[in-house]
Amino acid sequence: MSQATNNKIFSNLWMIAVYLFLYLPIFTLVVYSFNDSKLISTWTHASLRWYEALIKDDDLISAVLLSLKIAGISALMSVFFGTFTAFALNRYKRFKGRTLLSSMSSMPLVMPDVIVGLSLLLMIISVQHWLGFPEKGLFTILLGHALLGTAYAAVVVTSRLREMDSKLDEAAMDLGCKPWQVFYLVTLPLLLPALISAFLLTFTLSFDDVVLSSFLSGPGYSTMPMVIFSRARLGLNPTINAVATVTIVVVTFAVIASSFYTSHQARKRKREEAQAYSDSNK
Amino acid sequence: MATKQGFFTRLLDGKHAVIGIPYLWFILLAAVPILIILKISLSEMQGTSVSNMIDWSNGWPKLTLNFSSYQFIFSDSLYLKTYLSSIKYALLTTLICLVIGYPFAYFMARSPKHMQPTLLMLIMLPFWTSFLLRIYAWKTLLENNGIINNVLMSLGVIDAPLQMMNTPFSLMIGMVYSYLPFMILPLYANLSKLDMRYLEAAADLGTSPFKAFWLITVPLSKAGIIAGSMLVFIPTIGEYVIPELLGGSSTLMIGRVLWNEFFSNNDWPMASAVAVVMILLILVPMAIYNKSQAEAEMK
Repeated sequence: MSQATNNKIFSNLWMIAVYLFLYLPIFTLVVYSFNDSKLISTWTHASLRWYEALIKDDDLISAVLLSLKIAGISALMSVFFGTFTAFALNRYKRFKGRTLLSSMSSMPLVMPDVIVGLSLLLMIISVQHWLGFPEKGLFTILLGHALLGTAYAAVVVTSRLREMDSKLDEAAMDLGCKPWQVFYLVTLPLLLPALISAFLLTFTLSFDDVVLSSFLSGPGYSTMPMVIFSRARLGLNPTINAVATVTIVVVTFAVIASSFYTSHQARKRKREEAQAYSDSNK
Repeated sequence: MATKQGFFTRLLDGKHAVIGIPYLWFILLAAVPILIILKISLSEMQGTSVSNMIDWSNGWPKLTLNFSSYQFIFSDSLYLKTYLSSIKYALLTTLICLVIGYPFAYFMARSPKHMQPTLLMLIMLPFWTSFLLRIYAWKTLLENNGIINNVLMSLGVIDAPLQMMNTPFSLMIGMVYSYLPFMILPLYANLSKLDMRYLEAAADLGTSPFKAFWLITVPLSKAGIIAGSMLVFIPTIGEYVIPELLGGSSTLMIGRVLWNEFFSNNDWPMASAVAVVMILLILVPMAIYNKSQAEAEMK
């Protein structure tokens, strides 16, 4: 065998091993959710009993609903504030305190969750001391998730803003658009794919968070990850596998659908651009 | 153009709103909270609340700084040991991720162009599945009566189950597993832009592929190596969920100490002091990361 084929085999094996490592846990979660045994690791035979248990598990169901609500609202907040952050940092290159804003906006990305959670909670307690509100609960969890989400949304929107042609904005201005018209008619439609992916990303982050929620939640507000975490600490529980499988199926469909949507949009845009060029050359 | 603008028209004008809204948001939720933990770390518990730093009882403010939490951190060997072991595990995670991730990113960048988007998506896809659930899955795999032990015993490879859970091994598996994509993505972004002509030139001049790799590819991908390493090292230092679920009590990690100081001991100043020292630890790698990002942007 030649040196080149040897190298090829080695590199393929390396890549397959890494992918196996990345997908092994996900695969076992799914397979063992259909296991009939109470002992999670001994396979007896296939059954849906953990899915039945899941449907009857009111604590877990209400936690899932709470998590969905929190993820939806906090993702909207994240996209809103993240878009403002990205615009401030990219459209205005020079203003007083730009460095401060850029380092504050990257802080939640790099700080360990325990520090973000602790510092936010102690801040909220101080405000409570002063003004008598906010109560720990839904609102405080939303604040925490939206803070983290804003930082991520800003990164996503920034990368789109960088590749967008600012000449289009200028052209619209030259043609007499007011700044807010430029934003609604030109910038926003061009930005939409980035806003959608920022929403999906921050939704997932919020839906997955356990540390911030544990710090910021009050009595009666247990999110899905908090419930799963407290059960996982005690030991293994096949109902968790059933929840995991359901979320994996939903998420996979969402990711595939959104990637189809974005590639469809990209092709449509290219087609329209080509059309516009050929029209102008007539 | 020296038009005089009123305060409110200026406030409502686009630029000030665009900058002002995120500024206020981050000052309130990122900057102020950090100042508050700094303040609380310098006070002490009095009953169930924290002592006041500024005392007005004599009619004028009297500032009391209480360094007892910090003194405790630096005199009690358990805290020092925990910080050191967090750094050790974070460094080890970074190193293992680099050793696994660098060749992977290199092979991915060299694979056929039409395959690359799919390969990339397969790396990102696990991100979309709950991190907590994936860590839980490792628990089901690594337990004494877990899946790996059961499979190995039924194949007759081992007679008694291997103790893998609650050891540094299970902790490292969890950390490398969770942070490997953070190493691969910046390395791939860097390596896929590598100019192949350098390597061809080196080969024409008689350099062996191995030597060319060390003398050309590695130095040129320095920015990717730094970015990936920092993206792994910084979050692993303060990791809480992985040590709690996979590490057990024998593996010391500072994130868990902070959690326990706050939730079990109700000692807010101590938890804050632990957090402040952790922030100081992260500042150096953060500065390295920011510098490398700024350099990459300049190019």
